[in-house]
Amino acid sequence: MFTRRIFLRNSALAMVGSGAAPLWLERALYAADSPSPRKKILVAIFQRGAADGLNIVVPHGEKAYYDLRPTIAVPRPSSGAGREADAAIDLDGFFGLHPSLGPLQPLFAQGHLAVVDAAGSPDPTRSHFDAQDYMESGTPGVKATASGWMNRALPAEQGKLSPVRAVSLGPVLPRSLRGGQPAIAVESLGEFRVRNPQAAGEFERLYAQTDVPELEACGRETFEAVSLLQVIGKQPYAPSGGALYPRGRFGESLRQIAQLIKSDVGLEMAFADIGGWDHHVNELGQRASEGPLANVLREYGQALAAFWRDLGDRMADVALVTMSEFGRTAHENGDRGTDHGHANCMFVLGGGIRGGRVYGRWPGLRKEQLYEGRDLALTTDFRDVLGELVARHLGNPTLGPVFPGYEPKFLGLT
Amino acid sequence: MRVRALAGLLSAVCAVLFSTAPAFGRKHGADPYARFRTELSGDQKIRHALNRLTFGARPGDEARIRSTGLKKWIDLQLHPARIAENPSLEARLRALDTLAMSSEELVRNYPTPQIVRLMASGQLPYPADPDRRMMVRRLAERFTRTQAQGNSAAGPAQPAMAALLTPEQIRALGSGPPLQRLAAFEEMPREKQDSVIEALPGGLRQQLFDIAPPELRRRIEMSFGPQQVVTRDLVEGKLLRAVYGERQLEEVLTDFWYNHFNVFLYKGADQYLVTAYERDAIRPHVLGKFRDLLEATAKNPAMLYYLDNWQSVAPAPAGARPARRGLNENYGRELLELHTLGVDGGYTQKDVTEVARCFTGWTIRQPERGGAFWFNPRAHDGGEKTVLGVQIAAGGGVDDGEKVLDILADHPSTAHFISRKLAQRFVADNPPPALVDRMARTFLKTGGDLREVMKTMFGSREFWSAGAYRSKVKTPLEIAAGAVRAMGGEVDYAFNLANLVGQLGEPLYRKQEPTGYSNSGKDWLNSAGLLARMNFALQLAANRVPGVKVKAADQAGIELGSPEFEMH
Repeated sequence: MFTRRIFLRNSALAMVGSGAAPLWLERALYAADSPSPRKKILVAIFQRGAADGLNIVVPHGEKAYYDLRPTIAVPRPSSGAGREADAAIDLDGFFGLHPSLGPLQPLFAQGHLAVVDAAGSPDPTRSHFDAQDYMESGTPGVKATASGWMNRALPAEQGKLSPVRAVSLGPVLPRSLRGGQPAIAVESLGEFRVRNPQAAGEFERLYAQTDVPELEACGRETFEAVSLLQVIGKQPYAPSGGALYPRGRFGESLRQIAQLIKSDVGLEMAFADIGGWDHHVNELGQRASEGPLANVLREYGQALAAFWRDLGDRMADVALVTMSEFGRTAHENGDRGTDHGHANCMFVLGGGIRGGRVYGRWPGLRKEQLYEGRDLALTTDFRDVLGELVARHLGNPTLGPVFPGYEPKFLGLT
Repeated sequence: MRVRALAGLLSAVCAVLFSTAPAFGRKHGADPYARFRTELSGDQKIRHALNRLTFGARPGDEARIRSTGLKKWIDLQLHPARIAENPSLEARLRALDTLAMSSEELVRNYPTPQIVRLMASGQLPYPADPDRRMMVRRLAERFTRTQAQGNSAAGPAQPAMAALLTPEQIRALGSGPPLQRLAAFEEMPREKQDSVIEALPGGLRQQLFDIAPPELRRRIEMSFGPQQVVTRDLVEGKLLRAVYGERQLEEVLTDFWYNHFNVFLYKGADQYLVTAYERDAIRPHVLGKFRDLLEATAKNPAMLYYLDNWQSVAPAPAGARPARRGLNENYGRELLELHTLGVDGGYTQKDVTEVARCFTGWTIRQPERGGAFWFNPRAHDGGEKTVLGVQIAAGGGVDDGEKVLDILADHPSTAHFISRKLAQRFVADNPPPALVDRMARTFLKTGGDLREVMKTMFGSREFWSAGAYRSKVKTPLEIAAGAVRAMGGEVDYAFNLANLVGQLGEPLYRKQEPTGYSNSGKDWLNSAGLLARMNFALQLAANRVPGVKVKAADQAGIELGSPEFEMH
């Protein structure tokens, strides 16, 4: 890693020598040598499609859970029924992880991973589209909010900022990152460029000459980000610590976020999403470790664990938080699946996170304890979790504009 | 040391650049609207009219306007029925048969897997048209086969290529000149063709699609899943009209008003409802009365579904069955905030609730089957309401909603909100307030006659000024359609072009938020978007957009991706 950084710096210094080095790059290059603390980084993961929190963080100590889900409950950890590999992995004697989340268990045990249960958006909607929109805008029930919570949470800074301060991995900029502060969507670090190098030079010249200031500025920002990401994208990247990212888009997204973080180029906010959670039918296979939920959880758990391992000490600067638009019905439906519900679980992972605990008040699963008689009730607003990370991890104490009309109550995660 | 000095110099340069550019556009003295008093030259006016009333100038358009006369050309654009439509466009649109169907016909002829199952089990009749009936039957059989194999999660089972064709046949399909490959396919009997389409791997299927004549293309699309044909036709139709339509202003306005009354195509049943919504509720009214447009959207199943009004029922009396759904304020709120008064239009949360009460019972019969609007008196809140200070007496039934629409359509805040939005789209991101006021006065004086409001705008000094000229960044749709028009390109099919519009940041009919896309050009400026625009320009000019052909020209890619082409 040391050599890689040197190489990166040399490439960048070559740009400085040619007069092409942007100011922030110079700053970023020297930041590592200066005594000033490195920037904190927040990574948000969106599980699109409403993940079934009750089968992800399994309340195995709750009898009602097994009554409500006769065919798709995850077995108790020490049930002795069937194979160990198909039972919940115990966390604290009451909750357990789905068996496909094995790679996350050590992170919980070592106190780096926190779980917040019965969390989510208080809005009653069960529409994927509305609920995702509300969660990403950070304003449940208010549709007209133009920007996303992550964009508003970027700490105010003076002067020239890194062009890769806020990055989403994927083809479009998600709602969470949209807004007044520059944020970019990158499908692949190496592919963020004008595809024809000769044309690239011509475009750069034309945008530098235009008399429309905004086009000129946007062009400059773009070509800065392009040169930077080209430098990074060209490095052969080998994850550290023997980290193995799973195949597929999500693992690839986290791998590239790790690469950006380790390149020290001014990343502060990153976003990635993972779909495939809407399990109305046959959620689990014949065993809990099989079927569509098990498959997507395996990818999800492996990717998070690889990210942790890959970043190593750098996780001290990083907090990663996961969310999904709402949970699923407490009872199973007629097709061995679950329908759209209410509260869910969130994961928070990071070097500075007080993990090893399941946060949030457990509301219970008895009929009268359920939300509208059918779903896990909500006891923690998702903005409590995000607000604490913005304020205490990123160090941006002004939460008013981030979550207008709401005052987050911190859980003590950091 | 050298590095630091250079950095200092750079930052000084940046500071100068930013200090001279406080707002979008160029700075001119103390009056921010001074440039809206500088008149354009005659040639500039023609170019400006083409920039704003069309999806971009084609070669020869300027000369055509010069010979017609600018005034007369604008007057014609304001009366689209007087313009003969391009016959080649009409022929292309006829091939997209879903565009003319009712929502119910769409569900029946291009069914989802669920509807196919209902047909297979005899709960719904198959389509009447024999060809379609055959295609849907084939689908039903595939589903039955799949179910028998107990592998429903993986979708319809596909027969393997190797079981259908000899290795020579597979080779002939996958290599050689296009016409030869097409011939190899067409040699097979029809039954076999259909099986092969289903079995082709994605890449080969796309290759066959690229060389297929329209009828075969349709069958390939059906094999992707019939419901996809509906959404493909929608975007296809939109792009073809933008590129080839002679009634350009009507197209631009249909885009504007659909966006104003935005509906997200992929919210459940809306997939089948949007076709009729745009065709019957939006397009006929874009130069008509605002009140008619408003009512058409309010009663359209697409809107009722999108903003949940179809599920909104009167609050249950105290002590009644607790399971009953209640009032849903979603439509009521957006109607006030986004469709009429504007967020600062002077209404309260109480007004939102009262409006929502008025619209209880405005619902849809069987939305998943393409059902139509109906008023359900049992869901309606029969009590008295007060909306914006106006009392609506108890027992009004369906008329409650109508009264709300009357109040809103006549409201000065609506006149102002709509006028400003039009001026923002057609004149400048930050339009001069004096112009907006004049447009709002026309709106109120004419009972919301949108053609008259447009006339006031097109007759204004501000519209024809240096402040407006080339002041706006194009939308992705304007970039894509405009580039094809500028190159005199030929569109065989537009689906890939439409996908590129999505990659540029404007997925057509797929804006989730009811706000629609921004009408302010500068909102389209961001790094990823700019890069995507440059790459799109190069791709189009190099003839690498499937379905679209342009004449090769030196430097065309650079010109289409230049700052010059970004603005209009």
